[in-house]
Amino acid sequence: MNTILVQSEDFDAGAECEALGSGRRDIGAVVAFTGVVRGDQGLSALTLEQYPGMTEREIARHVREAELRWPIAGVTVIHRVGRLLPGDRIVFVGVACEHRTAAFEAAEFLTDYLKTRAPLWKQEHRGEMAVWVEAKDTDEKSALRWR
Amino acid sequence: MTLLYFAWVRQSVGCSEENLPLPDNVRTIEELITYLRARGGPYEQVFGQPDRLRAALNREHVRFDANLHNEDEIAFFPPVTGG
Repeated sequence: MNTILVQSEDFDAGAECEALGSGRRDIGAVVAFTGVVRGDQGLSALTLEQYPGMTEREIARHVREAELRWPIAGVTVIHRVGRLLPGDRIVFVGVACEHRTAAFEAAEFLTDYLKTRAPLWKQEHRGEMAVWVEAKDTDEKSALRWR
Repeated sequence: MTLLYFAWVRQSVGCSEENLPLPDNVRTIEELITYLRARGGPYEQVFGQPDRLRAALNREHVRFDANLHNEDEIAFFPPVTGG
């Protein structure tokens, strides 16, 4: 069972992990990544903008690609949008598999692709200043290694 | 066709969405960029730097050589920064 959500509300990472494995006896590994807003260099808030109608579709496309590469029992991807503060959870990627290697790899694959393909844009607020974040070459390189 | 703008592209152009008939001499995203740039003002600023832009056609990432049709939804935005 896969769940893909783009929402402004917070999520409960523990509950999402529980849900990924619940009621099944064939899952030996649940790997979860939670991204948190880092309050460095005086960051006061982040605003996340998305392309409604494309974001979930693009994430779903990469979940399907992950399913072709690894034997996956379930995936949950949650990405928050709107205004977030330092310390807030921003993204959750959870993968349930029979074995741990596939779960680790698929979770990393999905996280890399979220950064370089999902139509989401971060704007950083520092006091009165608001600046759109520039895409990083290192993120692009991380995604390219899965080719 | 419907044009959508996101992030700083939306802010620079000054709107998030506009509808217009596909111009006669525009067959690809690249030609649409040239057409929009010729509008001048903020459009010249945004579409004069195509290296900073990415495009989606009907909600899928595409290259600038993608072909356009009158009923298409085309989005312009900077490289994505989610995750």
